[in-house]
Amino acid sequence: MKEMSYRDALREALFEEMQRDQSVFIIGEEVGRYGGAYGVSRGLYKEFGAQRVVDSPISEAGIVGLGVGAAITGLRPIVELMYVDFVGLAMDQIANQMAKFRYMTGGQLTIPMVLRTQGGTGRSAGAQHSQSLESWLVHVPGLKVVMPSNPRDAKGLLKTAVRCNDPVVFIEHKALYSTKGEVPEEEYTIPLGKALVLRQGVDVTILSYSAMVSVVLKAAVALSSEGIEAEVIDLRTLSPLDTETILSSAEKTGRIAVVSEAHRTLGMGAELSALITERCFEQLKAPVLRIAASDTPVPASILEKMSIPTEQSVVEGIRHLVSGE
Amino acid sequence: MKSKSSAVSSDLRLELLETMLRIREFEEATGEVFLRGLTAGSMLHLSVGEEAAVAGIGLAMKEGDYFTTHHRGHGIFIARGGRLDRMMAELLGRTDGYCRGKGGSMHIADIGVGHMGANAIVGANIPIAVGGGFTSKYRNEGKVSVAFFGDGALNQGILYESMNMAALWDLPVMFAVINNQYGMGTRIDRASACLEFVKRAESFGVRGAEVDGMDAEKVYLVSAELLCHSREGHGPTFLMANAYRYYGHGRKDPSPYRDKSEEQEWRRRDPIQMLKQRLLDEVVLSEKTFGELSDRVNGEVEAAVEFAKASPLPEDADLYRDVFVETQGEETV
Repeated sequence: MKEMSYRDALREALFEEMQRDQSVFIIGEEVGRYGGAYGVSRGLYKEFGAQRVVDSPISEAGIVGLGVGAAITGLRPIVELMYVDFVGLAMDQIANQMAKFRYMTGGQLTIPMVLRTQGGTGRSAGAQHSQSLESWLVHVPGLKVVMPSNPRDAKGLLKTAVRCNDPVVFIEHKALYSTKGEVPEEEYTIPLGKALVLRQGVDVTILSYSAMVSVVLKAAVALSSEGIEAEVIDLRTLSPLDTETILSSAEKTGRIAVVSEAHRTLGMGAELSALITERCFEQLKAPVLRIAASDTPVPASILEKMSIPTEQSVVEGIRHLVSGE
Repeated sequence: MKSKSSAVSSDLRLELLETMLRIREFEEATGEVFLRGLTAGSMLHLSVGEEAAVAGIGLAMKEGDYFTTHHRGHGIFIARGGRLDRMMAELLGRTDGYCRGKGGSMHIADIGVGHMGANAIVGANIPIAVGGGFTSKYRNEGKVSVAFFGDGALNQGILYESMNMAALWDLPVMFAVINNQYGMGTRIDRASACLEFVKRAESFGVRGAEVDGMDAEKVYLVSAELLCHSREGHGPTFLMANAYRYYGHGRKDPSPYRDKSEEQEWRRRDPIQMLKQRLLDEVVLSEKTFGELSDRVNGEVEAAVEFAKASPLPEDADLYRDVFVETQGEETV
């Protein structure tokens, strides 16, 4: 094992996959000479050249569309959207083209493409640079959506995403780039669609992903000191969901909380609540609890922290969930 | 009266005529099966009137060249070698269709002949064709990628993002506008403040040309030159082929928004009749050989309809098939 940052782990994945496969290329705003707005692709331009690390104009729809066309004709594009907040500019190409081509053509065309982007709060970047828009993307059949919470997963999942023959939306978190963790020295990949149980527990299941996982893990330690043992599951892939892992834990504990940085309304918590209620209602001891961001635009000020779940709000929420009060 | 001799070979002129005839007959037959309620979809946009524009560009392209099409894409695909039977099966929603019936009229694709897919979002196929041009350059394939679209797409922002990228990176891409004068029911001069579209392209550094889209030979010659420009590494081109849509936007649209006299005016310059007459005048073609050609094409179209009707409908389980590639890429390699 070696310790490395989330940013470096992602870069290593890009580097290794580009070295392994000539058909992989990166295109996006500032991915080349600048090294990526958050430094993920730093050094790749020098290593692989302008043909494989393509600095694009600010044309989000155009670069996603170019990626779709390049994928259809045999390349493996990694298209970078600098912020997930910019998906609106490219949404037709994402939802109507990238996601649907395989199905519309009866399996004739495949889109082996990764749309790399990043989202979330943590830098007081305001309402147009801090969102968690995964629900928009998970709602579209044909897209795989991945949101890694730590360096090891970030690297292993990104490598799999690049090798995957389906379109993958890979959403990183801006507040995680400098966080560090253990990463295997040797070559490895992590399958898409598999959640990971990070902590065993019997009293409550907490489902989370991306930057909220570390908040949840801290909350779980605090809860343990109060005698509440939480099972913590990192979903890692939001589409397709690992329903087996989710439901077996829900059946075991009977109490479930979903913690996410996205807005409460129609967020992942809503979907998971519906899934669990439909599939294991009999085993539930309490309604599924959503701990989510406020249904407000993300404020830039100190209010930003108030808008999202915190260790304290998770502890309080779970305490009430378990005590039934 | 003989016109001056053509720069296009006799064989090719006959091929243009045959291709146009095949498109016309296929589309008329498609309209018939549609009106009889046999097609899978409620939408059908015919290429009738656009035959010269699409056959001229289509035959100027080379084997392997990529292309994407739009709502009204049947004619282009036929010009690039699409099989009438599998096309008809697709329109009828049958499993022998190019997309197993899942695409329908507006989503036919056949990567085997370079067809990267038809598209029902106006202008959305354009950057995808730029992606084909990107691959061609990346792999040094020598292919040109053609984005076919209508005048309706001329005011979509994505066209200009696409033109800029193609010009910026000298990609082998042709932006081919089949201008049939109407975006659905809105005539081009009611949608665009300035009608000098070639200038728009040129301002992006894209070489542009405009051509009489009712004259297949002219379209062919201009297209061949533009495609050659891209194939030699000089970057993208833009071609505006001015044609007309004989039917309404959809097959059942009676076009109340346009004058009948305008329709008659355009029909007087029918692309098939014009080329046929020219070839008869120059004794490249006889009425007898035209009759034989016509019979052959009609036979193909009839066989295509029979093939489609005999093809099985999809099964329930097909609903969930092909959302994802089911076996590859997910497991640790």
